[in-house]
Amino acid sequence: MSAYCGKYHDELIANAAYIGTPGKGILAADESTGTIGKRLSSINVENVEENRRALRELLFCTPGALQYISGVILFEETLYQKTASGKPFVEVLKEGGALPGIKVDLGTIELAGTNGETTTQGHDDLGKRCKKYYDAGARFAKWRAVLKIGPNEPSQLSIDANANGLARYAIICQENGLVPIVEPEILSDGSHDIAKCADITERVLAACYKALNDQHVLLEGTLLKPNMVTPGADSAKVKPEVIAEHTVRALQRTVPPAVPAIVFLSGGQSEEEATCNLNAMNKLNGKKPWSLTFSFGRALQQSTLKAWAGKTENIENARAAFLARCKANSEATLGTYKGDAAGGAGVSESLHVKDYKY
Amino acid sequence: MSAYCGQYHGFGFRGFEIVSDVLALEPQKSFNWIDMLDTCGDCLTASELIAQVSFETIHRNELIANATYIGTPGKGILAADESTGTIGKRLASINVENVEENRRALRELLFLTPGALQYLSGVILFEETLYQKTADGKPFVDVLKEGGVLPGIKVDKGTVGLAGTNGETTTQGHDDLGKRCKKYYEAGARFAKWRAVLNIGPNEPSQLSIDANANGLARYAIICQENGLVPIVEPEILVDGSHDIEKCAYVTERVLAACYKALNDHHVLLEGTLLKPNMVTPGSESKKVAPEVVAEYTVRALQRTVPAAVPAIVFLSGGQSEEEATLNLNAMNKLKGKKPWSLSFSFGRALQQSTLKAWQGKAENVEKARTAFLGRCKANSEATLGVYKGDAAGGEGVSESLHVKDYKY
Repeated sequence: MSAYCGKYHDELIANAAYIGTPGKGILAADESTGTIGKRLSSINVENVEENRRALRELLFCTPGALQYISGVILFEETLYQKTASGKPFVEVLKEGGALPGIKVDLGTIELAGTNGETTTQGHDDLGKRCKKYYDAGARFAKWRAVLKIGPNEPSQLSIDANANGLARYAIICQENGLVPIVEPEILSDGSHDIAKCADITERVLAACYKALNDQHVLLEGTLLKPNMVTPGADSAKVKPEVIAEHTVRALQRTVPPAVPAIVFLSGGQSEEEATCNLNAMNKLNGKKPWSLTFSFGRALQQSTLKAWAGKTENIENARAAFLARCKANSEATLGTYKGDAAGGAGVSESLHVKDYKY
Repeated sequence: MSAYCGQYHGFGFRGFEIVSDVLALEPQKSFNWIDMLDTCGDCLTASELIAQVSFETIHRNELIANATYIGTPGKGILAADESTGTIGKRLASINVENVEENRRALRELLFLTPGALQYLSGVILFEETLYQKTADGKPFVDVLKEGGVLPGIKVDKGTVGLAGTNGETTTQGHDDLGKRCKKYYEAGARFAKWRAVLNIGPNEPSQLSIDANANGLARYAIICQENGLVPIVEPEILVDGSHDIEKCAYVTERVLAACYKALNDHHVLLEGTLLKPNMVTPGSESKKVAPEVVAEYTVRALQRTVPAAVPAIVFLSGGQSEEEATLNLNAMNKLKGKKPWSLSFSFGRALQQSTLKAWQGKAENVEKARTAFLGRCKANSEATLGVYKGDAAGGEGVSESLHVKDYKY
């Protein structure tokens, strides 16, 4: 057997291809309880289940937003939550044409003997958990591996451990009907230049695809969620066209055409930066045998959160902000974004947090 | 003192900057690096610094341009690099003596076929042929270049057994490979070829075989690029066996994935390489399948393993007959789906079989032989465009299987 060909073969391929539909992308709303707590506290909202539920309802029930969204990544708690009127969120999403997804990793832990490098845990009974999530309506999963650039980083150990961890997670997902998003995030922290980021990204992605091949993962039923190739956070910024060129070239050198879509993470980029960079990639001429779209968390929610501030009377404003970002990113996947959504409050605010932990 | 040293003599580090600026503007400009390293003591600092300029700065654009050119739609490669021993077997099959003049005459027959070179972007040569000339005294490399064909050179030194395996092999030829490549580049070669061989069996290919061959290919590839030659990466999985097409697909995907990991490890510039894989087919002892099936399995295997940065894939024909190879290539180019590399040919036997039969070593048959050769070149050119209609199948021997068990060049 060359690649997974069990009972979910056709469904995995169809769902992965659907997520990459031009004009659509992923809303990453899978912040863990701790992480969403930080977001809520930044707008002076208490971190209780009702507020977490209310925030997600604000997003998912924004009229007209779901047409731009092919998938939403959820945290486990949210998978089982409902709207105020009692409708399960997974149904809201499905009716809106958005596939529910689920974060399945259990966070990072340090690799002994390294300079603060990590691997990601969550493999134990992962198959059982995936099956449970599939039964609850999830159709794709996400697992975040984290690497960093430094004088001696990423180390070979970090690359190998994270690549193999991702591949093992990926095949277990497929065995249980979930399309795995493969996310090897290389943090933007540092003062390196864009060429260094490109070099590291190519090394990491090559290791990932070798590991995926070793584990017999069906590439047509996966998605890739990489960082864009950019200068380090402490270095001078470059234009979107430069980011687009380096990013697409890195992908051309490492990501097999069988992968249907690449859904970028936004990292610490502001909402507008992330959209402009994605737009530039889709305008670039050259070989791009996978769709290039978004899987944004902060870069889709920042101005929405600011507008909401936890108050019911602000919901309409907050939803307008969210809809605008969804539409902007949808246009960016088609290379037609004109920058008109840049007017929102906070859209150009950097979202970089050093050594970011979810 | 070299010309370079004369110009920037005594400039030291500033000389390095000047060279970098010049190269940025004129990437094709060549500097006599070797001479420069032997220059006077005043310039050693500049020499050492400049010697560190990566091969990318010197040869990068040329490698990319040549690799892309070889993949031009409508063109492909003639593999005429049979070693002396192997060409001897071919000549023996038509009762021709294996002497240098006959080997030269055969290649002249091929390269001077009127109208053939337009269908070729490259010809792989054996070392002897690189330095041979037409009967009129014109160097073959000039004939090829004037015909718009890049000369290539086989640089491996054959296979050797891997101890502890069941007859598996690795390929040798790395020693002083850089020096040899440089020499070949100066003789006019612009690409190289290195054949790794794997086989399918109950326990084959072993992990050792896959790793050794993948790393051997990657090491060869980077050395070529450092010396201006586009490396053809050829991990041939022999068709021998009774396995089905699924098994071949599985092994091909494993082997290609290992190759591209190794190429990445060795910092090879993929945009300046070519891939020469086997097509994905059932084993030679199994039932044949339709060209559309071969095309589907082959293209899928490539989609799963070959990055889009690779400009072209030039298939080997293995033991396929001339017509089979052409029909399979044609089917691949008709197939719908993602194919971000051109799909073309690098055929040896599958371009020359009927030509050899027609020639029989006799001067009076040259015209007939050339007609056969032109017919196959045109057919394969059409196959790269997916427009081949099968009209060249009438030639003698075109459907004859060329499979030789456990084939050694």
